[in-house]
Amino acid sequence: MLQQIALPALRVTAVTLFLTGLVYPLACVPIAQLLFPQRASGSLIFDDRGEVIGSALIGQRFASPHYFQGRPSAAGTDGYDASASSGSNFGPTSQRLQRRVQSDLTRLQADNPDQHQAIPVELLTASASGLDPHLSPHATLWQVPRVAKARGLSEDRVAALIAELQEGRDLGIFGEPRVNVLLLNVALDRRFGRLVAVGP
Amino acid sequence: MSSRNAERSLFEPALIMQAALASVRKLAPQHMIKNPVMFVVEVGSLLTLILCLRDVMSPSSVTSPHWFSAAVCLWLWFTVLFGNFAEAVAEGRGKAQADTLRKMRKETRARKLCDGKEESVSASALRKGDIVLVSAGELIPGDGEIIEGIASVDESAMTGESAPVIRESGGDRSAVTGGTKVLSDHITVRISADPGQSFLDRMIALVEGASRQKTPNEIALHILLVGLTLVFLFACVSLVPLGSYSQLRLSITVVVALLVCLIPTTISGLLSAIGIAGMDRMLRKNVLAMSGRAVEAAGDVDTLLLDKTGTITMGNRMATELIPLRGVAIDALADAAQLASLADETPEGRSIVVLTKDRYGLRGRDAARFHFVPFSAQTRMSGCDDGARVIRKGAVEAIRRHVEALGGSADEELEALAARIGRTGGTPLAVSDGSSVLGVIHLKDIVKGGIKERFERFRAMGIRTVMITGDNPQTAAAIAQEAGVDDFLAEATPETKLRLIKAEQDKGKLVAMTGDGTNDAPALAQADVGVAMNTGTQAAKEAGNMVDLDSNPTKLLEVVEVGKQILMTRGCLTTFSIANDVAKYFAILPALFVPAFPQLAPLNIMHLSSPQSAILAAVMFNALIIVVLIPLALRGVRYRPLGAAQLLRRSLLVFGLGGIITPFVGIKLLDLLLSVLNLV
Amino acid sequence: MSMFGVLQALLFLLCITLLTKPVGLYLFAVYESEAPPLASTLGRLEQLLYRLCGVDPKQQQRWSSYAQSVLLFGLFGIIASFVILRLQQLLPLNPQHMQSVSSDLAFNTAVSFATNTNWQSYAGESTLSHLSQMAALGFHNFTSAAVGIGVALALARGLTRKPGPYGDHCVGNLWVDLIRSLVYVLVPLSLLGMLFFVSQGMVQSLSAPIAAHTLDGVPQLIPMGPVASQEVIKQLGTNGGGFFNVNSAHPFENPTPLTNFVALLLVFLLPAALTYTYGKMAGDTRQGWALFGAMLVLFVVGLIATTAAEQSPNPALAGFPIDHAAGNMEGKEVRFGVFGSALFATVTTAASCGAVNAMHDSFTPLGGLIPLVNIQLGEVIFGGVGSGLYGMLIFAVLAVFIAGLLVGRTPEYLGKKIEAKEMTLAMLYVLIFPLVVLGLSAWAATSSDGLSALGSAGPHGLTEILYAFSSAVGNNGSAFAGLSANAPFWNLTLGVAMLLGRYFMIIPVLALSGSMIGKKTVPKGPGTFPTGSLLFVGLLIGVIVILGALTFFPALSLGPLAEHFAAQYGKVY
Repeated sequence: MLQQIALPALRVTAVTLFLTGLVYPLACVPIAQLLFPQRASGSLIFDDRGEVIGSALIGQRFASPHYFQGRPSAAGTDGYDASASSGSNFGPTSQRLQRRVQSDLTRLQADNPDQHQAIPVELLTASASGLDPHLSPHATLWQVPRVAKARGLSEDRVAALIAELQEGRDLGIFGEPRVNVLLLNVALDRRFGRLVAVGP
Repeated sequence: MSSRNAERSLFEPALIMQAALASVRKLAPQHMIKNPVMFVVEVGSLLTLILCLRDVMSPSSVTSPHWFSAAVCLWLWFTVLFGNFAEAVAEGRGKAQADTLRKMRKETRARKLCDGKEESVSASALRKGDIVLVSAGELIPGDGEIIEGIASVDESAMTGESAPVIRESGGDRSAVTGGTKVLSDHITVRISADPGQSFLDRMIALVEGASRQKTPNEIALHILLVGLTLVFLFACVSLVPLGSYSQLRLSITVVVALLVCLIPTTISGLLSAIGIAGMDRMLRKNVLAMSGRAVEAAGDVDTLLLDKTGTITMGNRMATELIPLRGVAIDALADAAQLASLADETPEGRSIVVLTKDRYGLRGRDAARFHFVPFSAQTRMSGCDDGARVIRKGAVEAIRRHVEALGGSADEELEALAARIGRTGGTPLAVSDGSSVLGVIHLKDIVKGGIKERFERFRAMGIRTVMITGDNPQTAAAIAQEAGVDDFLAEATPETKLRLIKAEQDKGKLVAMTGDGTNDAPALAQADVGVAMNTGTQAAKEAGNMVDLDSNPTKLLEVVEVGKQILMTRGCLTTFSIANDVAKYFAILPALFVPAFPQLAPLNIMHLSSPQSAILAAVMFNALIIVVLIPLALRGVRYRPLGAAQLLRRSLLVFGLGGIITPFVGIKLLDLLLSVLNLV
Repeated sequence: MSMFGVLQALLFLLCITLLTKPVGLYLFAVYESEAPPLASTLGRLEQLLYRLCGVDPKQQQRWSSYAQSVLLFGLFGIIASFVILRLQQLLPLNPQHMQSVSSDLAFNTAVSFATNTNWQSYAGESTLSHLSQMAALGFHNFTSAAVGIGVALALARGLTRKPGPYGDHCVGNLWVDLIRSLVYVLVPLSLLGMLFFVSQGMVQSLSAPIAAHTLDGVPQLIPMGPVASQEVIKQLGTNGGGFFNVNSAHPFENPTPLTNFVALLLVFLLPAALTYTYGKMAGDTRQGWALFGAMLVLFVVGLIATTAAEQSPNPALAGFPIDHAAGNMEGKEVRFGVFGSALFATVTTAASCGAVNAMHDSFTPLGGLIPLVNIQLGEVIFGGVGSGLYGMLIFAVLAVFIAGLLVGRTPEYLGKKIEAKEMTLAMLYVLIFPLVVLGLSAWAATSSDGLSALGSAGPHGLTEILYAFSSAVGNNGSAFAGLSANAPFWNLTLGVAMLLGRYFMIIPVLALSGSMIGKKTVPKGPGTFPTGSLLFVGLLIGVIVILGALTFFPALSLGPLAEHFAAQYGKVY
């Protein structure tokens, strides 16, 4: 009885493991690479010298005032560690959440002395992945006075760039309007010149 | 025994006392374990009792006040007792009936035939197979079958029906019941039951609940209830460690109280009462079910097979036409027919008198002049003697023999007439004056008044009715049409009946049938619900799983209703019981948690005055609701032939929604009462 | 809910409802017809696989053989995955040179994937080689879903097959059901889905991580892998085990709102369609739509509640000068926003998928309560592939039992009587869930091994425990991830919980099928309660909600409810 079942069970395990665990995913790689070479390889963006700056989909840590900054990140020790994606997983009534929000709040207020509006909540809340590449248009606009000042540009020109780069809802329906912070910062550098990092 | 039929008051003081005592006796664990849910309550009650006593012995500061644990403990015990009480009341009502029955089992002497000699023995000493003699005026000493003779028997003790019935050896009217009285003639009876096995004995055992076994559906429901109890056991027991995570120390008493409130005590406490009361209601309708299983099956019947005669049509046919033989004046026939029937009190006889009066203008006459000859089972004739003039009416065959005996003869015309009437489904009755036959009375099946409505009710219940008749298809179709049955089986033989039942059952249908003859026995046995008429043969009664003491075939309607009622009552109380839990949670959980989480106070949506009063009120409600629902459990939820969906909507509204709302009101009132009385 | 939220919700419901019938019909053709469609292409592959596996497709199994097959196949699969995970350092396709996975984590992960739970004690990008992802995990993504479909079909056959040519008490053949699932459904759909996902930016590569020099001068290692091929079946098979630690929140695993929407459609696709397949099998599609209706109603209620809860700001942050317009954004991604996250959380917990695109641990107390309740209702709101249907059918059996009594008939479902044996099996199925969840939660809440893993104090910590075990027993796999579950105590208890929640529930299901299959069918009459009606939908919902609520209300009031009220008072732990 058991033998009647055990033998097929063993053979089915082997065959399906081979089919679904090896044949299928390995077959997908060349197909994907052939049809969508850039996207299947991580949507990488390169600088003028051809070196990888990063992935258009993966957020990066920005500390310099002349760059727009993304959301707080719990990935890795310093945030935006792409090899250790993570959310904060702080519960809503977590004291640690309150402390982190407090300290980010203080830092943001100090970094953006000219901005007096309430801080958009995305700038104080950690993303789910720790690698969120986006901000809402509102949260980027909130940073415009700082970035414009650091780059010596008028706020309007910076805001215009944001409007240009803003992504709408997918097909006009899905998701939220957003701005890719990395692409925005790359565009800033391309258009207005790359600044060497200067401490605040 | 007509008192048996009267609706007894549900709570007679004497009954209550007995039941109260019995409910304490039933606390014995070996009895309680049969009802696992209530057993859990008993164990919980015992636990709280021990804790309560321990606290009194060695008071510690952390436990709740003594009076509180004592009160909770007391009400938990009440919960168990009330459940037992419900069962005891149901059994008590059965017992009361059994006592009435027992009184019938008078100690009688029997004249036993031993090797041809007569011997007087006690009725209780009779064994199966013994032969006894019974004469007019004597009680029949035990259940049995007439092997010789014919007699009229007063069976009112069994059935409440005062008209005597004819019992004769051979044929379908041969069974007699112990305790009934022979009025005329004498008979020889072969006893068919050992002492304690008689009809009466079995009836007594059934009503008393002694031989009660859980029915299949009851077992399935029990499994559901036990499963729910386990779920709540997990929920409550795990609350202690989960609470300790939240620095919440829960007292065992309070956790037990919560558990008892949540597990389905209402239905569990009343479950066996529902079953016993169902059997009891069956008996009140003069139906003796051999098992609870049969009653339950009755609720599911899809197809009902009914004998035409006596069920759909009047048992006795009505005279509709007088047909004289050639050369006989119609008036002469009418005159003779009326004379022959003047003293005939049977419906047939009466119908002849009425017919002759209405149609032929014959008035009543001085009855004293005539000497009336009543119908006898031997001659199968009745009539009157007016001096030398001998007027008889009776079966064609009997009259033919009668006139031939007097030197006359019956010609072929009579036979032809009789055959013609027979073909249309009617019955011919010949009339003779002296040695000559005058003509034939056409007796016709008359469909019973109101039968059509009854069949409509069956249809509304979703039951298909099939008429079974020995008639030819045309006659059967005519009567079927007139009576409004769904289908008919004409020219039925025992084999075709059996085949019909099997065919229905193969389609997955549940078949009920009524029958009385020995040749019905195989069909009765094959049917899922077989109701044997009490007037029927012993073989029929053994084969069926119910016996209708009134021998009223449309009684099945009530049998089906009782079957459905039992299931519905179980379902409604289960729904009610589970729905109750919502309110109980809102009463008890805030009481448990608010000490540790004051912010959970909004959960106390009933605004109960204090944690203790909340818990106590919930426990009290839980116990009292059992008592409140006893009458419903005993009477059963009313069945309405509405169609399943509408029935369900109604039950869900009353017992589901009602079950959610009632405890909110009840617990709040009890809480108010407790605080007004300053008890908490 | 914003206008766009409503629009997306309606579109989602519309898509699922419209897909149910055609896909359900296709599934019916695949499993229940003599000749499945596409015989010339896929049929050849099917026959080839039968030959390779030594399976006779004509042979039927009784419930006990079917169950033994499920158990043995599960056992071999777990062993295979365990071995691959332990030996991954020696195996190819390991460009990051990942080390052997610890034995408790390997056990947990192997069990987790074999049981279709896909609980993540592991962090994909820092633990597993590409080969482990594909062979140890991806393989189960396919086969555990296929087994789930098989068990659901077996139960459906038990309930619907009339005594006849099959009437010899056989409920199907697991190997046939499994191979057909792979050949006709899972693999072809996965290939299509993979292409779409890659076109949206999902990675499909075998290379090592790529070093980037970021704009602001910080080095970043960008992980690579066969993500898209894994992601499709993760959703389609309601598996939910992520390639990356943060699962579908990761931009490579769920790059755009459009992939988010399509992924969710994939999650509900088969569970929803199977209800129609069931209706076809019953010969009355209303039977299937009734189950679908009950699922849909419960889902919509959950979706509205979660969205409403997450749309409102976290009360604990109320005192700060923050613009809360975007809602509770802690643990959420900007591209999905509150609605995209709430929709995902509701879908993933309603179906026992367990993928996440937002961190449930950081949801508001009530926002986190709904996913937890979804799981605790028994994973029947569409539920896992197959497991949702068989779970729902068990509840239908219970509902029918009550309904039958209420209308005065001994209960029957699809004309077959529900008797003591069936009730025992249904109750066993129902009991195992609360027993294991509450039992293990109670243990964890009182043991130092359990408590040391908690990411939060106060009621939220209790919720993390409850969520972990509910998710494991419910074979969901999502987590309140503040709990550091990669420790022996948790890996082992959760592993056992997943095994019990899968196989101890499958066995009664198959036994029930075996006990129903031989029963005579009673034809319908006016006294029969119609199980394809709206009224039945209502009753079914009532039974599910009341049973679930009554079981877990005490525990939930100490967890999320206590936290909710505490948060209203601004209390933090």
